[in-house]
Amino acid sequence: MLSIVLQNMVVFLLLAAVLGLCRWLVRQPYWPSARRALSRSRAARVSFAVLCLYAGIGVLDSIVWRDPLADESGRAVLNAEGMPLYQALPLSLLDRLCTPVRTAQEKTYSAPLAVTLLGLESVQHEDGSVVREAPPLRYPGRHLLGTDKVGHDVFYSTLKGVRTALILGVFTSLIAIPCALLFGIVAGYFGGLIDDAVQYVYTTLMSIPGVLLMVAFMLLFGRGLTQLCIIMGITTWTGLCRLIRAESIKLRELEYIAAAEALGVARPVICYRHMLPNVMHIVIISAVLNFSSLVLSEAILSYIGIGVGPDTGSWGNMINNARLELARAPVVWWNLAGAFIGMIALVLPANLFGDALRDALDPRLKE
Amino acid sequence: MTAYIIKRMLYAIPTLIGVNVLIFALFFVVNSPDDMARTILGDKNVTRAAIENWKQENGYHLPLFWNAGAAGAARVTDTIFFTKSVRLFVFDFGNADRTGTSIGDQIRLRIAPSLAIAVPTFILGLLVDITLSLIVAFYRATYLDRWALVLCVVTMSISALFYIIGGQYLFSICLRLVPISGFDTGAGMFKFVLLPVVIGAVAGIGAGVRFYRIIFLEVIGNDYIRTARAKGLSEAQVLFKHVLKNAMIPILTGVVMTIPFLFYGSLLMEAFFAIPGLGGYTLEAINGQDFAVVRAMVYLGAVLNVAGLVLTDISYTLVDPRVRLG
Repeated sequence: MLSIVLQNMVVFLLLAAVLGLCRWLVRQPYWPSARRALSRSRAARVSFAVLCLYAGIGVLDSIVWRDPLADESGRAVLNAEGMPLYQALPLSLLDRLCTPVRTAQEKTYSAPLAVTLLGLESVQHEDGSVVREAPPLRYPGRHLLGTDKVGHDVFYSTLKGVRTALILGVFTSLIAIPCALLFGIVAGYFGGLIDDAVQYVYTTLMSIPGVLLMVAFMLLFGRGLTQLCIIMGITTWTGLCRLIRAESIKLRELEYIAAAEALGVARPVICYRHMLPNVMHIVIISAVLNFSSLVLSEAILSYIGIGVGPDTGSWGNMINNARLELARAPVVWWNLAGAFIGMIALVLPANLFGDALRDALDPRLKE
Repeated sequence: MTAYIIKRMLYAIPTLIGVNVLIFALFFVVNSPDDMARTILGDKNVTRAAIENWKQENGYHLPLFWNAGAAGAARVTDTIFFTKSVRLFVFDFGNADRTGTSIGDQIRLRIAPSLAIAVPTFILGLLVDITLSLIVAFYRATYLDRWALVLCVVTMSISALFYIIGGQYLFSICLRLVPISGFDTGAGMFKFVLLPVVIGAVAGIGAGVRFYRIIFLEVIGNDYIRTARAKGLSEAQVLFKHVLKNAMIPILTGVVMTIPFLFYGSLLMEAFFAIPGLGGYTLEAINGQDFAVVRAMVYLGAVLNVAGLVLTDISYTLVDPRVRLG
């Protein structure tokens, strides 16, 4: 019970944090011109709408609670102390919205919007004759993207992949960005021995090919979304740290920092009040641009068997399960199509919006 | 020049020491040899004796840093840190946990198929990217440029998995031009290597063309390009003689950036096309939970990566006479 409460709390905390970040951004002096630039671009507007839609699906899929167990007559089942018993698995808001599709279980593959199963079976008719034909579906025309090998709805599986991708993007950024900010600003501002140490740490981490470090980490700590977020955070903070350090070195030489130092402002306060706001645009831009590569990496890692667990709904797992389906006699393409659409409809807007954001916030930072 | 090369190579040593210590921490401190034994022997029916036995067989029974039970130099050398980590510096990878075969032998066997995929992919990708981005830069600020950029973003947004699945489906299953997967030595290699190389190059076009186009546009903005046009050179001459030559240094930077992605590529390609290379070896080790092999591959990957970085730094000095050796 506690974990469910916690999970819901985390969702609302994250939403609050995102709203806080937006409020902060809106108050910045460069925001009006950036907003104008963003709203001029149609690609940016459309991308933003699609990203909001994805975020909405992710939030709907993250608010969960468990239903009370009910017997055949619909009365609640009580335990010895008279308290109601609950079902083992919690259902999210999205699960509940998708209920007719989620529970519409078929026997095996069926094509999108089909009324019969894909394969032929011996079906006994009412007059007693046995005919080889495709048996009718239990829920004909209900499956927008068909059903997979065990008869689950593919469209629903695709929707379930959204939350995994978003969690990965968000939590990896939550690990990587604070690390990169702290070490990047401190190294750039203080220089000297601290700078050397930070540089040494990130060159060492960067010299290990990211995928191999992930392989080692996932092998040691097992598959799972949490492990994946941690190791992706470890492998991605270095690039951002290098960018922030370079920017901080430039900022350090500017007059207003010298003025703050002359006025006797403590150095940590200078870092927080004068350096941090001036590198935030880099953070925002690279977080959005990084997001798409995280989603793509998750699919690849899940495909080679070191990503999220096999029971977590993710597009990588969908592709992995469907890897032989194009070679079947009647080709089954809808599993791959579902994962393809789910991914490109998230990654493409993220890329486009990231580009627009970069042009709006810092035109110098092109690549 | 020689002094610079030696100096640059010496700089790589602290990095490799760092990598080595990190690998040691990850594989032996965070995750103890006992945990490793439990994973390999399986959680069921695992006894204290079985764990000790397995550790003894694979040389994990030694203390981590300091062997108080030994005498003389053996106090330092008879430890896990020395036998498993320090030996990596001389490329002594030891034996695989599962099969007991020498990892070094396996690497020597499997590096050729890996290179047969990675090197042509790298070169073909570079050539295609630079050619296309030169064309796009030639037609800069036209509809062609704009739509090429849109196409780049779209192709960048498609997972590499779909390029491979789609390519295999189209060329191997539908058209039956090349075998779907496998590997052969000698002349027979060509038909197995062709598809992975082409797919690897095509999958990188989007990001590559975007990257090099910006480099070319920056060079085109320079005064000497205007001068070249003013003295009557054709646009093609300007692009190939002046733009391409001056873009060499930023292009080199781009080349460095693609080196780490070669590892990703090789892992995926070798998985899909059943190529018996290092990527395939790593995948087998993941599935078999062979810690020794994965540890060796992480170290080898880092060494290759660092060697790539050193080579690029050296090639900077060859390409650009302005780069000071220091």
